[in-house]
Amino acid sequence: MGVYKLSANSVKNGRTIYGSMLAGNTAFLPTDFESIATVSVGSGGASNVEFTSIPSTFAHLQVRIMSLGSYAGNQSLSATYNNDTGSNYSSHWLTGNGSTASAGTTANDNIQYYGFGLWASEPVVSVIDILDYANTNKYKTMRCLTGLDRNGSGHVYLFSGSWRNTNAITSIKIAANSGNFNQYSHFALYGIKA
Amino acid sequence: MAITYEPIATTTLTTSASSVTFSSIGSGYTDLVLVINAAASTLANTGLRFNSDSGSNYSSTILAGNGSAAGSFRYSNATYGQINYYGYLETTRIVNQVVHIMNYSNSTTYKSYLGRANNSSNGTDATVGIWRNTNAITSVSFVLNTGTISSGSTFSLYGIAAA
Repeated sequence: MGVYKLSANSVKNGRTIYGSMLAGNTAFLPTDFESIATVSVGSGGASNVEFTSIPSTFAHLQVRIMSLGSYAGNQSLSATYNNDTGSNYSSHWLTGNGSTASAGTTANDNIQYYGFGLWASEPVVSVIDILDYANTNKYKTMRCLTGLDRNGSGHVYLFSGSWRNTNAITSIKIAANSGNFNQYSHFALYGIKA
Repeated sequence: MAITYEPIATTTLTTSASSVTFSSIGSGYTDLVLVINAAASTLANTGLRFNSDSGSNYSSTILAGNGSAAGSFRYSNATYGQINYYGYLETTRIVNQVVHIMNYSNSTTYKSYLGRANNSSNGTDATVGIWRNTNAITSVSFVLNTGTISSGSTFSLYGIAAA
């Protein structure tokens, strides 16, 4: 199978056929994705996980989570920034439960939702992007892909969220509405440079 | 701080193949990210197998949209972890899929993955899946439910390390 790449020179020189679907482009090699901090929950479990003293030297943050919990149910998972528990968060989501797709929204929350569910054996996994987190001129927005599959039940979510505050984010606290994060739960914070 | 998002291996198929496998994956990362740009000999759903396990140990839940409607679908007790619903491979159009394999190297928890599949003609999907096995993942195979993967298809595996 050939892949064609067209450019302005193609009019004069003809199109180029490539054997690779990269079509002459280099593979994406992210070189500015850096680990800031990681928390692995120990044997005692944890009611929450907090990243503090987040430097402002990155463009964006990414939080990657694999969480297990003591509460077998679909309670909310959430974040708060800079210890702000005021009614300054809002969320939209699109979700599927294996049979139906639906959408929802909440406003004036005191937490930033990013997922639901916490089970002992099947992890909830999440990748949260917090965009332009250090900018002091705009509210902060996040997006998240998160999900849980339990071989016959579960759900996957696409979230967007807003924190109506212009301060740079310097701390992130992650918690479940009910129950603790179990041992082996893993939370990793990364910074992405511009 | 060290750079933590590193390419592990890239494969460009020079002939068609029934599957693509990355093996001998080290445990030095926290998560894996597989980036796929591929076509196939026929319309084909895609999936992952870990450590060559072809038992009925996989399941997935998919949120899918095709431009006119959104739906959700589930595959239980499957022999591979499905990635797509509408974002399936086809013969001429290149389909992009990205899969995050979370906490792949621990030996105490089941392994879960998050996927996105994008077919510019048919639709887009978001997927969560699980492999009900606590072994560390040392190999990842990309498989189809039918047909073969086309020559020129590219597969890049990245590792993301923790602090």
